[in-house]
Amino acid sequence: MGGKVRGRIVPAALIGAAVALPFLATTYYLQFASKILLMGLLAMALNLVVGFGGLVSLCHAAFFGLAGYMLAIAAPQYEAGSIWLTLPAAVGAAALAALAIGALSLRTRGIYFIMVTLAFGEMLFFLFHDTKLAGGSDGTFIYYKPEVAIGTLRLLDLEKASAFYWVVLGFTLAGIALLAMIVRSPFGHALAAARVNERRARSLGFPIYCIRLAAFAMSGALAGVSGYFAAAQFGYVAPQMLGWHMSATALAMVVLGGMRTVTGPLLGAAILMGLEEVLRATTEHWKLVEGLIIIGLVLAFPEGVRQLFPIIFKPHAFRIPRRAREPAVPAREAGHA
Amino acid sequence: MDLVSFAVQLLNGVQYGLVLFLVASGLTLVFGILGVINLAHGAFYMLGAYLAYWITAYTGSFWLALIGGVAIAFVVGLLLEEIFVKRLYGRDHLAQVLLSFGLILVLDELRHILFGKDVHSVAAPEFLRGSIQLTDVLSYPVFRLAICAFCLAVAVAIFFVIEKTRIGMIVRAGAENRDMTRALGIPFDVVNRYVFAVGIALAALGGIVVSPISTVFPGMDNQMLILSFVVVVLGGIGSVAGAAIGALLIGISDSFGKVFFPNFSSFTVYVLMAAVLLWRPNGILGRREV
Amino acid sequence: MPEVALRAEGLEKRFGGLRAVAEVSLDVHVGEIHAVIGPNGAGKSTLINLLSGELTPSAGSIFLGERAVGTLGVHHRALAGIGRSYQKTTIFLPFTVLENVRLAAQARAAGGLRIFGSPDRDGALNGRARAALETVGLAARAEVAAGLLSHGEQRQLEIAMVLATEPKTVLLDEPLAGMGASEAKAMIELIRSLKIGRAVLIVEHDMDAVFSLADRLTVMADGRVIASGAPEEVRRHPAVRSAYLGEEGGVS
Repeated sequence: MGGKVRGRIVPAALIGAAVALPFLATTYYLQFASKILLMGLLAMALNLVVGFGGLVSLCHAAFFGLAGYMLAIAAPQYEAGSIWLTLPAAVGAAALAALAIGALSLRTRGIYFIMVTLAFGEMLFFLFHDTKLAGGSDGTFIYYKPEVAIGTLRLLDLEKASAFYWVVLGFTLAGIALLAMIVRSPFGHALAAARVNERRARSLGFPIYCIRLAAFAMSGALAGVSGYFAAAQFGYVAPQMLGWHMSATALAMVVLGGMRTVTGPLLGAAILMGLEEVLRATTEHWKLVEGLIIIGLVLAFPEGVRQLFPIIFKPHAFRIPRRAREPAVPAREAGHA
Repeated sequence: MDLVSFAVQLLNGVQYGLVLFLVASGLTLVFGILGVINLAHGAFYMLGAYLAYWITAYTGSFWLALIGGVAIAFVVGLLLEEIFVKRLYGRDHLAQVLLSFGLILVLDELRHILFGKDVHSVAAPEFLRGSIQLTDVLSYPVFRLAICAFCLAVAVAIFFVIEKTRIGMIVRAGAENRDMTRALGIPFDVVNRYVFAVGIALAALGGIVVSPISTVFPGMDNQMLILSFVVVVLGGIGSVAGAAIGALLIGISDSFGKVFFPNFSSFTVYVLMAAVLLWRPNGILGRREV
Repeated sequence: MPEVALRAEGLEKRFGGLRAVAEVSLDVHVGEIHAVIGPNGAGKSTLINLLSGELTPSAGSIFLGERAVGTLGVHHRALAGIGRSYQKTTIFLPFTVLENVRLAAQARAAGGLRIFGSPDRDGALNGRARAALETVGLAARAEVAAGLLSHGEQRQLEIAMVLATEPKTVLLDEPLAGMGASEAKAMIELIRSLKIGRAVLIVEHDMDAVFSLADRLTVMADGRVIASGAPEEVRRHPAVRSAYLGEEGGVS
């Protein structure tokens, strides 16, 4: 069938191009590409909760940043940390934080949920900003990329931009595969049902709180993977990585790229970061322009930039049930007419 | 901790709480009546502070700053509602979050262009400088007492308007059930515009009033934003009385938190919020059942 | 000896100073349709919300079989064997008819919350879903988005979803609301068929339907039960006549 083949070719071509990138691009663009992939991974992780779960979370940057800080803390100061040790520690910390914050926040709904996640995210921000933990408001440097070795045999040299890029690409693709699996699964369907009509989902017998909490924790863990590598790439962690501006930026990527698909947010990340790159080079006050553009795009494309490409992106490769019109996030909630 | 120090901390907490109430009441009104989540609310607090700095720098008068600042903020609110906020009604929360985030980026950069990145200070009016002697070692700044008195007066005025006037009734009805109020034929466009402008003006007022003691600096909007959100969550969305309770709770716990756990003072606020939410997920005075 | 599937004793619900439901006791047997009627404001909606778990009783107890479920939340109660339809159709509008019912079947299936695999390919789930659709007569519309169905069809879909969870007790909240004459006839027959092997409690305003369907009738007014028993007896009960006669000038 034409559509199905087209649906396979485009992703395959993109993946092929992505794998081949180190042979085609300069180090600068390779690092930029890594950055896009990582922000995309954060946005895709966030999307599990926002687009599929219907919950607007403003604290995901806290999981992202926390993982980065774990790398800084767990790795010895003037040596490379072992990836086998630091990555699980970072992801574990992010997952735990997501579990704790989710357990409390998910008791609320709608606007309350948004505000509560905002507050908890900032709480973690202040934890690193106000205390002596890892440099306080100045942050900490991470001088070496994590070491990928078994005993004394080094498997990969992450100091090389191409190796780092391939590892990041690998994790991003794995993340996409994992998210696609979750979204298609019975769990994913239950999560979507809770988004569409929470009352009905609950009265059918679905444990809504537990489902959402699980999604939140998984999402936080994946955000942690992204944060770990982002910190490794920048070589530096600072409290801003946990701040809500970062969370809101990730949300912008989700909305711009399209919330109901797994890979939409990756597209959103590419667009937003590409935009930033261009703006930064053009004007000193790029933030103002970026703000105006975000406003403009959200007003113009309520369903994401994918609305622009119906011809290319029609295939259902990563789409879960065909949809009749549905609001982005359920408008009806407690106490609000 | 002896009685006088306790009293001083309590007073600090109440003063902080009252300013928080001013800002948070604006936020809760905008949420409750307009149904709009406005992340840029803190920016208007900051606007007030910067206006206070600018006007006192130019005219030397704090009083002019007070009146002029509030007036300017009110007008800005009217304009902003017409140009921008109107488009947020009826949109889902995600769109509102992003749109107000975009607004923050714009406002922040505007502030940077107009006022630069420096920290500024604002001089309090002459007769409110100095301190009252409480004991032979402890004195308390008069200005802080003045803030308490002023905010209390504004709070009473707000309660009076909300509880005792027709306007207040419309506002309360709108917070309870927006659609029904609309169906009753009340001119919502006008009401919304003024409610928003008042909300903004209250935030700015908070910034003006506090500027002599807190200094004027970039990033002050963020701090206030988070705290006012916590207050609104604690008190229950749309409830001005709830905002009052929440603000006082936060103000006092923050003040004592700074004394007992200086490194974790910001924490006490969040611990308090978590505790309240476990008990009442819709805030202390928020709606109870779904 | 008919099995009592649902039993409520001394139920009370207070909202602030208002007692929406007071001292309400009733039971529903397997194989019967027990209708609850009463004028507006009688507390029927509150009662059904108490039974399904959306409201917690201020006093009194609720039993599903031998099990006390009054403190259980909605989803636990659903798992304990209670299914419910709502006054305002509560279904998943963007999903197809089949997907809607399949979700219902999934809620009770082992492994219904796995994070791998796909319900689309699950033969057993799809089978149960299609069977439920057959029962209500919507099999032909399986691939249509639920939001595109007619009002009557949406109501049928909701019943199919309830059936797919295989409940022992079914609560129907004004299932005939908003239906035209022929749709209502079909729905009445469908409801009649539900009572086989199940206990059905129905809240309704349509008196013809009620008297056609009910094996037992309970009348509520002002939050209390004023009469309960076989339909013919209740019809002649003086308190019932005055409660309804009082309503006769106005909207019924």
